[in-house]
Amino acid sequence: MPVRFENSYPVEGGNFSEAGKVSVEIKNALKKLGISNNIQRRAAIAAYESEMNIIAHATRGTLTVRVTLDAVHIDVKDAGPGIGDVGLAIKEGCSTAADQFQRMGFGAGMGLSNIRDCSDTFEVVSGSHGGTHLKIVINTNER
Amino acid sequence: MKIALLVEKLNLRIKCGEDKLDREVYGGYVGDLLSDVIANSAPDDIWITRQAHQNIVAVAALKEHAGVILALGQEPEDDTIAKATKEGIPLLVTDLSGFEISGKIYELMKE
Repeated sequence: MPVRFENSYPVEGGNFSEAGKVSVEIKNALKKLGISNNIQRRAAIAAYESEMNIIAHATRGTLTVRVTLDAVHIDVKDAGPGIGDVGLAIKEGCSTAADQFQRMGFGAGMGLSNIRDCSDTFEVVSGSHGGTHLKIVINTNER
Repeated sequence: MKIALLVEKLNLRIKCGEDKLDREVYGGYVGDLLSDVIANSAPDDIWITRQAHQNIVAVAALKEHAGVILALGQEPEDDTIAKATKEGIPLLVTDLSGFEISGKIYELMKE
């Protein structure tokens, strides 16, 4: 499958002042490629929640975006503590974010479920040994 | 309805984005949980919140909101204003609660 676009974006854990920057860059890149508004928005939401997860839970991580002829792929890898119970974490309302972040309106426990709802396929590879890998695919043929 | 009309009718205080007030508002959303707003608000909404920190700007930019109203007299932080100015998103302040300002906007939009 030919790749139309590929780029990796590093995200620094704990740096809330830069939060959202990568998501905006990804959205602009998709816009330049002529990806539809609906797909741009879904990809931007998935990217934003992934970015926030790294900032809130990990020391560092990377979003890698690859656009093929029929899909936007976002791979998210972080050096965080890992997710012991993925099934529980993906349930809406479950959060392990610190109190200070929750007061800022982060850590609503909706991040992973928001990503799942924006994706056509979504896989979480993680465990309590540390590190999380999100595999997000959004088909560009409108659903 | 243009944001300028909301500003005029509801005495909203303009913190930035004065040159963007001719933008049309097609709906609204009230929320302080960023993931909720990201998931459930729509483009061209006016977003009503009491979060005043800089991260609201990324949410409003990604969701293409027409503007943000800070309720209960919440003053946006300086870096929030700087970012919103850069993104071209109007930041407006009201002393009313989220409930009261939503009700008033809803009535205006119905007319």
